[in-house]
Formats: sequence, C-alpha cells, structure tokens
Amino acid sequence: MIEVQNITKTYKSGSTDSEIETQVLKGVSFSIKDGEFVAITGPSGSGKSTLMHILGCLDTPTKGKFFLNGQDVSQLSDEELADIRKDKVGFIFQSFNLLPRTTVLRNVILPLIYAGVPREEREKKAKTALLDAGLEESRFGHLSNQLSGGQMQRVAIARALVNNPSLILADEPTGNLDTKTGQIVLETFQKLNFEQKRTIVLITHERYVAEHANRIIHIIDGNIVEDDQNKKQRFINHDVL
Amino acid sequence: MMFSDLLQETFSAISMNKVRSGLTILGIVIGIGSVVAMISIGQGAQGEIQSSIEGIGSNLIMVMPGFEMGPGSQVRSSRGSAQTLTQEDAEAIQEQVSFIEAVASEVSGRYQITAKGANTNTSVIGTVASYSQVRNLEIELGSFISDQHVSNLSKVAVLGPTTRDDLFGENVNPVGEKIRINRIDFTIIGIAEAKGGTGMNSQDDSIFIPLSTAQQFLAGDDYVSTINVQAQDSKYTANVQEQVTNLLLIRHNISDSQTADFSVMNQADIIETASSVTSTFTVLLAAIAGISLIVGGIGIMNMMLTTVTERTREIGLRKAIGAKKKDISLQFLSEATMLTFIGGIAGILLGWFISLLISKFGGMATSISLFSVVLAFGVSAAIGIGFGYYPARRAASLSPIEALRYE
Repeated sequence: MIEVQNITKTYKSGSTDSEIETQVLKGVSFSIKDGEFVAITGPSGSGKSTLMHILGCLDTPTKGKFFLNGQDVSQLSDEELADIRKDKVGFIFQSFNLLPRTTVLRNVILPLIYAGVPREEREKKAKTALLDAGLEESRFGHLSNQLSGGQMQRVAIARALVNNPSLILADEPTGNLDTKTGQIVLETFQKLNFEQKRTIVLITHERYVAEHANRIIHIIDGNIVEDDQNKKQRFINHDVL
Repeated sequence: MMFSDLLQETFSAISMNKVRSGLTILGIVIGIGSVVAMISIGQGAQGEIQSSIEGIGSNLIMVMPGFEMGPGSQVRSSRGSAQTLTQEDAEAIQEQVSFIEAVASEVSGRYQITAKGANTNTSVIGTVASYSQVRNLEIELGSFISDQHVSNLSKVAVLGPTTRDDLFGENVNPVGEKIRINRIDFTIIGIAEAKGGTGMNSQDDSIFIPLSTAQQFLAGDDYVSTINVQAQDSKYTANVQEQVTNLLLIRHNISDSQTADFSVMNQADIIETASSVTSTFTVLLAAIAGISLIVGGIGIMNMMLTTVTERTREIGLRKAIGAKKKDISLQFLSEATMLTFIGGIAGILLGWFISLLISKFGGMATSISLFSVVLAFGVSAAIGIGFGYYPARRAASLSPIEALRYE
C-alpha cells in the first residue's frame, strides 16, 4: 500500500546568493493498493523519474508525505532509506545493471547478501525467483554478459523479486529491448501481477508500454494530469491469464 | 553482510582484472620485499658485529695501557703503547676486586714463525691458563696452557686454526710437533677451535704461549699489554670497571683520573656503540626501501580510484538494492587491503629469497627476524587501509541516483 500526499520536489542550483530553484514535482498525490500494476507515464522532463526515485526510496521529497505500508518514509536518513530499499523495494532498470562477468545466480543472490539471508537459503530463493521471472534453469550458471538483452532483463526481474518486496519499480524496462523481447518482459510483469499479486510500478514514456498496466498515471510538468483505470488493457498472451 | 561474503566479493573483484591487480600487487611486492631484504642485511650486519664482540668473551672488562708521557712533556705516544701494566697489577685485581670470575693478563707481539719449511708472520700472545675461560677460547685438539706451564716457563704453544692451516695445512694434527718463534723452539700442545672473524686481530690467526715464557724470551721485560677481567655477571660489569679503575689509580699513584696511564673498557659499551651504528645503518636502508613501498601504495590508490570510477553504476545498483555506506566502503577497503595482503606475503617471500641470495653470493650475513616480517606485514596492511581509505570513502559517498545514471 502506497500513499503519496501532496509531494513536491525542488532542486536548487547555482551559487548561494543567486540560487535558482527548479520545482520538478508540484504537489503530487495518489495511492496505490497492493496488487496493482500501475504505469507512470509522461514526456521527458515531466518529473516521472524524480517521482520514481522518491517511490523507490532513493530520494526524499522536499515537502509532503510518502507512506510505504503505513510507514512514513519521507523524512528518513540515507541509511534508513537503504534499509527500506533492502526489504521493501525491488528495482528494474532500463540498462539491466547486472554485475558483469558474474553468474546469473550470483547476480540474483546479491540482494540476499545485503539482507543478511543465511547462505543455505540463498540459492533456493534465487532459483525460485529466476523461474518466476521466466528464465530457463540451464542459464543459471551462465555469466551475465553471455545473455541476450531479454534474458538479462529477466535476471534483473528475478533480482528485484528475490527478496519479496512490497513494491517492484521498473524504470523504462523495455527501453533497451526490441519490440519482441520488450513484449516478453511486459508479459512477465503481467504474469507476476496476475498470478502472484505483485505490486508493480512501471515508469515509461511510451503510451503503448503503459497500456499493459491496469492503471495509468500521466504526469506533465510535475503535475498529475490523468489517473485512470486502464479500461483497454493490452494483454500480450491471453492464454496466460 | 557477512565476512565470508565480503571475502568472496573481494576475491571476485580482484580476479576480474587480473593483469591490473597483478601489476598493482607487484608494486607492493617490490616495496615489502626490499624492506625485508634491507632490514635483513642491516640486522645481519648487526648480529655479526655483536657476536664477534661477544665472541671475545662474556662480561669482559679490558684494561689497556694508556698514553705514555715523558716527565713534563705533553707529547703523547699512541694509545696502548705505554708500558705501565704488570702481572702484579693483574694479581692485585684478582685479589682485591670483588664480583670477578677470572683475570687473564696477556702480552702480545708479532713474530716470524717457522715450522718444517713453512713460515708465517702472526701475533704471539703470552697469557695464563684462565685466558681460555675469559676469552671464550675452545680447544679443538690437545690442551690449553696450564698454570704449570706458566710457572715453569715451558716452551709450549697453542695454535689458532688459521695459523695451523698456514704452517701445517688444513685438518692436520700437529700436536707434538715443533715450531720456531724468534729462533726458539716451542712444542705444540693444542689447537684452538675456529671462532670466525677476519682481519688483523683474528683470534684464529694467533699463537698462545705461557705469559712468563713470552716475557722472558720474547719481550724481555715484565709488562703486560692487556689485562682481561671477567665479571661474574653482566650486572656487575660497571661496578667491576669502577673498582679496577680505582685500584689501578692507587697502585700507580695517580690522583687525577684524567691523567691515568691506562684505560678500562667495558665490553657492553663496545657492543652498544657498534649496535647504535648498525641500527642507524638498518634504519637508513629500510627508509630507502620504504620509498618504494610508498610508491606501491600510491599504485594501490590509483587502481582503486580507477576501479571506483569504472564501477560507479555497480555502486549505484548495490546502493539501490540496500547496501549501506558502510557496506560499500568496506568492500573497497577490503579490496585494497587484500591487494596489499597478497603483495605483503609475496614481498616477504621475495625479501627472504633476496636475503638468501645475498648471504649466499654476496658474502654478507643476513638475518630475517620475526620483527621484520611482522613490521612488513603491518606496514602493508596499513598501506592497504591508508591508501584504500580515500577511494572507498569516495565510493561510499556516491549518490545512488547519480551513480545509476553514470555513463
């Protein structure tokens, strides 16, 4: 359960006497229930990346409140935010950000190391997450740079899933993929949302990608201009659902 | 993050770029290796000097004649050349000074020695039976001069091993043979054990004869050139030194100790002086080698800074999935420390190998002490932490958002 109340974010730049303030978010409010699959869209510079950073606890808002599972995380310190990220947020990036020359399994185990999961449980959890993300078991021992883009993104999805977070944040997950593999990734999201009731927030500037979610929040110039249930949700593979 | 995880991460990070890690480690290997080798040379020299000084006897105090000054004259002859000490002085010391173990006076001179066609020129030391005890002289074959020999003015001689080699050849037993010193026949009664040491004053290259015989037939007077006094324990040496000085001042009727016609030297003082010279030498050598260690450390820092820049996105990712500042800085710090740790071990082995080569082919004594190994290890760990700290700090303080965006 995510509750965002009147969030603003202001960046200051320039010297101390002639500071230029840029307001990127201008009072954004919305809430996301558990099990929702939400797309946040908007053109570049609209503030959607800043919003994602705040939702992912990488950054704190200048003003306003942000509740994650009922806990106010808007005023926490860097170290406290790191703890929240570790337990409650799973990230998926446009450029995958896998550790190079490291096995698939090791990449997925990484969050478990920081979370202090005992050694013997790690492999089992990582394998389950990889299977959930749709990667074949034969690839688990491969090095991350031996995989195709689609496979890499599945590993990244598994890495985001492995610690059972309350929220999965995907930042342009299809941006570096061709249409076909992009669709496979989106299908994986739909499956995770439908079958495992995972809460997913997808940030994209492409309307087409956003239409795979069941709710779309549209941001322009730091304001929400549209927040609707997506009545004509696109399904990649109807057989799955 | 558990320690074993940290170790695994560190190891895989270092093996990721083997050539670069290897070259960086090489810098530390050379630094630590040269420090260890240099200290081993210094300590070897120190050990050799100390053992050669200690080899002349333990808890030893030596009384030597001082300057000779004619009546009313200020002209001094060379130190030790005066004839002011007699066997009576030695006997007085033996009787009146407390805490002493033994006294052995000696008179020495250089003579031409001949034996069965071979000849040599070496120092002949006239002394008494207690000399072998006072000066740590071991007898390999036969026996040393006895009190009987001294009182009977016996013409017997004990040869140092080098003199034996020169006159009779190596590993020959010449006991019972005759040699001529200053055209007087002496019977060989023993051979001293080799003590090592080279140069003019080697004990190995000398001949020992009874003191009375030397005074009577060779020197032709009653003076002695050195009185060796052995204290009962090292804690008494200063005390004995003082007693001997006072006694001889009275016996020689000298009121001002500045004008004493003899000098009293304490073995501990000689060792201390020699040690301070060699330890300065050791520190100097180590300091020069230390420069290469600092260069190696800068190499570590350089590599770590490059690594941090290269892995900015990885740092961002690690932070995004919950790594704290502490986790990141620990990771990079342990990488730097691991590099110096490996370099330190290899460097100690290299230094040990170099010092072996030096002592084998360079003819210099070397000694690897636990101290130098611990020091080298401590220094390498300190370099890892010291030079790794800044890059680790820099990695830890990266903002995750900036780091993830880094191209």
